[in-house]
Amino acid sequence: MFQHTRLNSDQNFIQKVKNLDYILLLSIFILSVLSLFVMYSTDGGELLYHTKSHLIKLSVFFVLMLLISLFNIKFWHLISYFLYVIIILLLIWVSIYGIKVSGSQRWMNLYFLALQPSELMKIGIILCLAKYYHRVSVEKVNSFTSIFFALTIILIPIILVISQPDLGTSILIALSGLIILWLGGVKIKYFFFSFISFLISLPFIISNLQPYQKLRILTFLDPDRDPLGAGYQIIQSKIAIGSGGFSGKGFLQGTQSYLDFLPEKHTDFIFTLFSEEFGFIGSTGLLLLYLIIIIRIIRIGVISRNSFAKLFCFGFAFSIFIYITVNLSMVLGLLPIVGSPLPIMSYGGSSMLATMIGFGIVLSAKVHSKQTIA
Amino acid sequence: MIKENFGIRKSDIINRRMFIIGAAKLVIFGGIVARLFSLQINDNKKYLTLSDKNRIREWKLPPTRGNIVDYFGNVIAGNLKVYQLHVIPEQVENFNYLISRLKVILNLSNKRVEKIKNKKKQLKPWESLVVSENLSWDEFSKINNYLYELVGVKPVMTISRNYPFSDIYTHVLGYVSQPNEEDILENEVIQEKFVPGIKIGKLGLEKTLENDLIGVNDIQRYEVNAYGKRINQLEYQKGKQGSKIRLTLDTEVQKLSAELMQGKAGSISVMDIYTGEIIAMYSSPSYNPNSFLFGISQDEWQLIRNNPLKPLINKTLSGLYSPGSTIKPIVALSALENGIMGTNFKVQCKGKMELHGQTFHCWKEKGHGWMSLNNAMKQSCDTYFYEIARKLGVDKLKVTAERFGLGKKVLGEYFENEKAGQFPDTRWKINELGKGWVLGETLITGIGQGYTQTTPIQLCLMTAQIANGGYKIKPKILTDDNQLASEQVKKAMQDSKINYFYTPLYDDQKNIKIIQEAMFSSTNELYGTSYKSRIDDPKYQFAGKTGTAQVKRISKRERELDLKTFQIPYEERDHALYVAFGPYKNPRYALSIIVEHGGSGSSTAAPMATKLFKLIVDRHHYRKQLSDYKEFNI
Repeated sequence: MFQHTRLNSDQNFIQKVKNLDYILLLSIFILSVLSLFVMYSTDGGELLYHTKSHLIKLSVFFVLMLLISLFNIKFWHLISYFLYVIIILLLIWVSIYGIKVSGSQRWMNLYFLALQPSELMKIGIILCLAKYYHRVSVEKVNSFTSIFFALTIILIPIILVISQPDLGTSILIALSGLIILWLGGVKIKYFFFSFISFLISLPFIISNLQPYQKLRILTFLDPDRDPLGAGYQIIQSKIAIGSGGFSGKGFLQGTQSYLDFLPEKHTDFIFTLFSEEFGFIGSTGLLLLYLIIIIRIIRIGVISRNSFAKLFCFGFAFSIFIYITVNLSMVLGLLPIVGSPLPIMSYGGSSMLATMIGFGIVLSAKVHSKQTIA
Repeated sequence: MIKENFGIRKSDIINRRMFIIGAAKLVIFGGIVARLFSLQINDNKKYLTLSDKNRIREWKLPPTRGNIVDYFGNVIAGNLKVYQLHVIPEQVENFNYLISRLKVILNLSNKRVEKIKNKKKQLKPWESLVVSENLSWDEFSKINNYLYELVGVKPVMTISRNYPFSDIYTHVLGYVSQPNEEDILENEVIQEKFVPGIKIGKLGLEKTLENDLIGVNDIQRYEVNAYGKRINQLEYQKGKQGSKIRLTLDTEVQKLSAELMQGKAGSISVMDIYTGEIIAMYSSPSYNPNSFLFGISQDEWQLIRNNPLKPLINKTLSGLYSPGSTIKPIVALSALENGIMGTNFKVQCKGKMELHGQTFHCWKEKGHGWMSLNNAMKQSCDTYFYEIARKLGVDKLKVTAERFGLGKKVLGEYFENEKAGQFPDTRWKINELGKGWVLGETLITGIGQGYTQTTPIQLCLMTAQIANGGYKIKPKILTDDNQLASEQVKKAMQDSKINYFYTPLYDDQKNIKIIQEAMFSSTNELYGTSYKSRIDDPKYQFAGKTGTAQVKRISKRERELDLKTFQIPYEERDHALYVAFGPYKNPRYALSIIVEHGGSGSSTAAPMATKLFKLIVDRHHYRKQLSDYKEFNI
């Protein structure tokens, strides 16, 4: 069956390579190289574990992305549900056999990589719902069964991820899913009313939060409440970014990170280090790079002939945007601290794997932009 | 075809909704850029400061104290290089092994080892642990020999206070030691400069002039990480040694005073009668201030504390004594000034005097016969002074006594533990004791017994002000060229300017002359009480007045026994006093000598003056050669 799908493509290998989006590829490449330099800085200017590991993962996943791009978009459409189910099964497996780190059971040990299935679900949910809305006819989009089905697809992974517990990732999965519903044509008033009811139920949600999650929200509202405890991360992060100034302290000169004042500088707070060393110029530059990536992805969606590719590209572009926004707002003190990595920049294999798969499928959509899917 | 239409409609919806989201994205990205701008451009300075505050830590080092020098510039409180042994625990592989090695090499006691181990627990592993504060050169070189096997051990050379003249200046200078909580709370300057290992003045001038002597800390600026560990040194800011303080004291005279007082309790003070400069000020017995630098041992402390001669008391300023007959010049002066008597006034001494049924004895049981003022002073006839005191009254006597400095602190701004003593009058007794004054008390006040309490420095000042022709002086122990920060001492030095203005304390200067002559007779004429101690050479010739202060009432039986000094128990023996000034022809110096339980003033105290005046006058020759010498001719 797979064979059949691949043979169905009317392009040969050379044509496919020619059809890749080189601006997008170049942007991703620049981002990857940048992330290596920043990782090198978090290691204190030495070629240590994090840098090496990041380099290996980048290389492997970059190749994986190119491989994925060569597969016909029809193929990804075909296996979307299958992938979704596989990831759900992985999430269930993790909830039983997963590795527990600081009270949260999210990882499965693959020896070369501690895989976090919830990260993969960020892509999985987009694939699954893109296929679903590709197939549902416009008239039926707002029918009860259709919405119920779509919400169920979103809810299953969310429940599994929340119970890990991992609030941050589950929110990102929910947002990635909901955006497809939006793009698919679910009525605006539904979004409006569910937003209102979300606000109303917010107090109940908060009262059911884990104590550490509540603390994070309190700390967000007033970081100086406990400057050496919960507020420490936000305060130190703001100091690092603020002290970077217009042009930054210079590569490897970020005192806040170099002297260990920054917590989790490899992962969620990588932007802080980047911003401290490269300043306002560097930060807006990085933001611009991300913007170019997002715009290129959207462009690919626009030129795609089939709704599946469109939905996926737009959904993925939105996800990338959400990851960046949540991560930056967090380190800039605009949102409470929810564990959320910065795509490609942050250390962490699962997030990078998911992002690269996403890029791969987007590139596949570009290569096969004229492909229609019945 | 229909399907294709559907397709187009669907992609329309998707595209339209995409662009709504797209617009929202741009707005949010704009918000993030704005936030970045606010943090990095607007508040950059604020966060840069916070970041520096995070990473830069200052380490203050103990400042170097200023030297204290005597009048001739000899260092009497200086600084010495000392060798210390520090251990950096984080560099040590096996701490217990290292300590046991050091224990052998340095011969440390078990108690000391325990202390070191306890101290280690309170420190962060990268902070230096002081194993020994003061190594001898031998120990220091021994450690250096073993250094290759003692990893983590750091021999350190640092600076410590040193008193080269050991105990002769203790009561003037005081000593330094580690500050306690109270010291730190009391003095803001210490608060600011405090670092572990700093030594501050605990007593005497070291304490009073703390803010001048303390100096400015060396500062090391380090970059530290989030855990406070030093990463690298950014800057070394050299501090400043504390101000040099020059005293008016003469080490040679001070040394002789200490020598004369060897084995005795008491005090010697010497003063320039015009400038008010203290030439010597020694309280006996003394103790070695160097013992306090690194914490005195219990044994040594107990020895000092329990010494019956009370070395901890600065007797010159805080010892209260009945002046005995040394008060007589003031009594006579008061009588003259108040017109109670003329120079030809005579009293017949029969060895005792009866008043309201009470008997008042003269020291000479047989009596002196008819006494003039000069004779009475010369032979220290008590009956004569009973009589003039009775005629004068205690209230008038007090006015004169106070004018000449009795009952008031002399160097209070310089020494916090000085006592004022007291000179009684009728009002004082009512206020303090709630009883009326009895005439008999006037009589004994007239011979310096009773309620009168004076300090040796007061008697010295009193004598100086008689010697200089009756002019007020404010004594000082610092030379005028000191640049001072300590406000109260600065003010006291200002007050000493009065010494150059000849403010008279007399009503008629003739009277002062009469008293001076009487004191001359007392020392230089036959039958004078200190005749034996006189010096005939006019270069050294001095005039003085002996005093023998009873410490307990002599019973009738004891009077009949007429015991020799050595036959009386130590605590019951009389205090021996002597006040004098010289050279008589052109006086310049006054002194007071007090030997506790020394017997009589003429036998114990006056002979010391002989030796002192020889040296003082000789030393005057050297004093004269210094640039700040001032000539006085009255």
